[in-house]
Amino acid sequence: MRGSVGEVVLSVQDVSLAFGGVRALQEVSFDVREHEVRAIIGPNGAGKSSMLNVLNGVYHPQQGRIRFKGKEFTDMDSHRAASMGIARTFQNIALFKGMTVLDNIMTGRNLKMHCNFLQQALWLGAAKREELEHRLAAEEIIDFLEIQHIRKTPVGRLPYGLQKRVELGRALAAEPTMLLLDEPMAGMNLEEKQDMCRFILHVNDHYGTTLVLIEHDMGVVMDISDRVVVLDYGRKIADGVPEEIKSNQKVIDAYLGVAH
Amino acid sequence: MDFAFLFEVVAGGLLAGVMYSLVALGFVLIYKASGVFNFAQGAMVFFAALTFVSLLERGWNFWLAFLATAVLMVLLGVVIERAVLRPLVNQPPITLFMATIGLTFVLEGLSQLLWGSQPHGLELGIPDVPMEWLSQKWNINISQFDLFAAFVAGLLVAVLAVFFHKTRIGRALRAVADDHQAALAVGIPLQHIWIIVWGVAGFVALVAGMMWGVRNGVQFSLTFVALKALPVLLIGGFESIPGAILGGLIIGATEKLAEVYIGPMVGGGIESWFAYVVALLFLLVRPEGLFGEKHIDRV
Amino acid sequence: MLYRESGQFKSTYAEDQQIFPIRQDRIAMAVLLVFAFVVVPLIGNGYWLSAIITPFLVLALATLGLNILTGYAGQLSLGTAAFMAIGAFMAYNAELRIPGMPIIGSFIIGGLCAAAVGIVFGLPSLRIKGFYLAVATLACQFFVLWTINRVPWFSNNSTSGVITAQKIEILGYDVTTPAGKYLLTLAVVAVMALAAKNLMRSETGRAFMAVRDMDVAASVIGIPMMRTKLLAFAISSFYCGVAGALYAFCYLGTVEPEAFTLDLSFRILFMVIIGGIGSILGSFLGAAFITLFPIFLNRGAEWASHAFAIEIRSATLSNMEFIIFGGLIIFFLIVEPNGLARLWQIAKEKLRLWPFPH
Repeated sequence: MRGSVGEVVLSVQDVSLAFGGVRALQEVSFDVREHEVRAIIGPNGAGKSSMLNVLNGVYHPQQGRIRFKGKEFTDMDSHRAASMGIARTFQNIALFKGMTVLDNIMTGRNLKMHCNFLQQALWLGAAKREELEHRLAAEEIIDFLEIQHIRKTPVGRLPYGLQKRVELGRALAAEPTMLLLDEPMAGMNLEEKQDMCRFILHVNDHYGTTLVLIEHDMGVVMDISDRVVVLDYGRKIADGVPEEIKSNQKVIDAYLGVAH
Repeated sequence: MDFAFLFEVVAGGLLAGVMYSLVALGFVLIYKASGVFNFAQGAMVFFAALTFVSLLERGWNFWLAFLATAVLMVLLGVVIERAVLRPLVNQPPITLFMATIGLTFVLEGLSQLLWGSQPHGLELGIPDVPMEWLSQKWNINISQFDLFAAFVAGLLVAVLAVFFHKTRIGRALRAVADDHQAALAVGIPLQHIWIIVWGVAGFVALVAGMMWGVRNGVQFSLTFVALKALPVLLIGGFESIPGAILGGLIIGATEKLAEVYIGPMVGGGIESWFAYVVALLFLLVRPEGLFGEKHIDRV
Repeated sequence: MLYRESGQFKSTYAEDQQIFPIRQDRIAMAVLLVFAFVVVPLIGNGYWLSAIITPFLVLALATLGLNILTGYAGQLSLGTAAFMAIGAFMAYNAELRIPGMPIIGSFIIGGLCAAAVGIVFGLPSLRIKGFYLAVATLACQFFVLWTINRVPWFSNNSTSGVITAQKIEILGYDVTTPAGKYLLTLAVVAVMALAAKNLMRSETGRAFMAVRDMDVAASVIGIPMMRTKLLAFAISSFYCGVAGALYAFCYLGTVEPEAFTLDLSFRILFMVIIGGIGSILGSFLGAAFITLFPIFLNRGAEWASHAFAIEIRSATLSNMEFIIFGGLIIFFLIVEPNGLARLWQIAKEKLRLWPFPH
């Protein structure tokens, strides 16, 4: 396919997550290889978003282990995930509505900024230089995502499709090793979907960023993923390359809603 | 350790707490039904009490004055709904909160403009003296009036609890508190609901105002009673009627105990902040209060 | 026509990042500063300077402080006056007990002490949110005032509880005239406002706004919750502390707890809301509005009583003031919830087109 897929960079073992009586995930295990595009699919309520939330520390599983870049954890902490190079977009857009597009993307650079608040208050050489350096990086992302014309617009005023793009920009700003995308193309028309595909594939191609994405559009999934995990009612029911998944009876049953 | 005295202090504190709960109830009603933190509740208590006592002093019959004031509070609810709530529908909570602070100023000014600013005494026929048989038999002094106030509060709470949980209107109120837009979408008449809620809260304010008026006199400082009710809300949760009662009891008892036993050691006057610190410590353990609803942020 | 940006191109990001990217704005700001620093002290009469302009500046600084915490970082606080009180009393004590301490140093110490207390009372914000936090900050307001009242050290064991602020001396010059106090206040406020603007357009400001807008997302992208929230409390309290010291030394002339009641906390909150949440300019506009409003109202009432030959008793007047003030707040919130700063922005946008309608 594209580039060379490397060794296993993330592995999830027997992760279970429950909210009171609701069991969102039940003993799910899978792995992700470096540089690959890994899709997580499944009917609504299968636990896909919960899985991503576990991966970057928003939810804490009751059991199971996560192994990332050789280090093992019983659960992730959101700050630790971010500093280890995991970035994320959300299903329901978690942008900072009170800030402009540019500022939102700049917040993605926060872990790379090291000046303290006193330096910033005085706008000394170091703080000013740092701000401009990261402004440059943010502008490169803005160019890449073709959103120059709205860089000073408050994100709250943007249409849904553009907000999703800005959110991708914020995730990219962190220069992540692994990018978790939660339905990046939901609610988009064909043109917007093609643009989004183009962006994320470019990221995977040129920067080698590992992608884990949740997506409902089967065409997209079959086209761009290297491997696919299928969840249903919190359990993993299939794991393999797209061709295998397409013809897997359990997967077909799950989507068609066959009782079991 | 003088147990009789301790009992007296605790009982007195509990009963004082009930008085706080009366005020807190008004807050809870409005928050529960419209999501608004109504800072003007204290001013409403003052307005209601002042109107009532002024009518009494002009020779009105007790029940007539009571009825007239109650109606006035409902009318006030109508005006508030039309002039403040309707234009601000769907604004963030802090905007509504600020609007209620503005409302506080308006009500305070209006009350005094209408009725003047001298303090008034208020008598409800139940003397603020210790119950005879308790004080004689066990040397414990508990005010008759306090017990009466507790009884009234209990009655009010029972009625309100039934109202909220068993009636159709009560259900509608809870829906509105959750989500204005959704409630509108299922056909709940938002305006009517709010008028009802603010009217009922106004009535509760009247009752609270009467009780406190007997205790402290009807004067401007009555508006500060609201500040005393806030720690009650912190402990009980902003949305819970039983929480308001329980919170009131806890605050009342601990505050009285601190006042009597700790106060003299640090120079007195700790009532100004003790209730708040208790509430704060409580919140650190339970950030939404005893019965407050947990907010889960879905990402 | 006057306010056109055409021809002003930014060729570097540095130019784009300026506080006043439009040349006309820079000129206007320069003119304003010259006017404030040079012209006003010369032409201003003592009453206006000491009773209106200086308190306006001081309260604007406090508003700035609260805006940083509530407007930018989204942590609602009702304890502003308490931090001002700490600043005032600690500055007084620093002047009193540390020989040879320059007045600016005392102000800074006042601010730092306020910041320290701010961090302590900010700790609950890690667990508590929204209105619960606001009510918790009331604990700070009441407790701090009680402590200052009860512990004699603060007021240097004064029996009356009212202490006179020391005379200010800078580099040998006595700063006792209204003009002198005005200039000192103006200088402090100008410097701190600049620092605040720099801070809010840097990563710190963005981190604050991220926490305000969606704290879960903020922590997911790596912004440290505890550090950010406590920093917001610390910086905000520092500003309020310095404002409190200025309030006592340059305006009231006395250092007393009664000057820092809950009422003041609410007044400053109004200034934040009316001026505009999350706006440095808004803090000044809000403070100006709230400071000047009672004066206009009084003058208006005087005029009305002369024009219509009616007698307005002072009690009636003060009640009317309450009603109109409250009504205005509600009116403002309905018409422009983003405050005067947003109205100003809209005016500027209209001005860019002037004299064309669109």
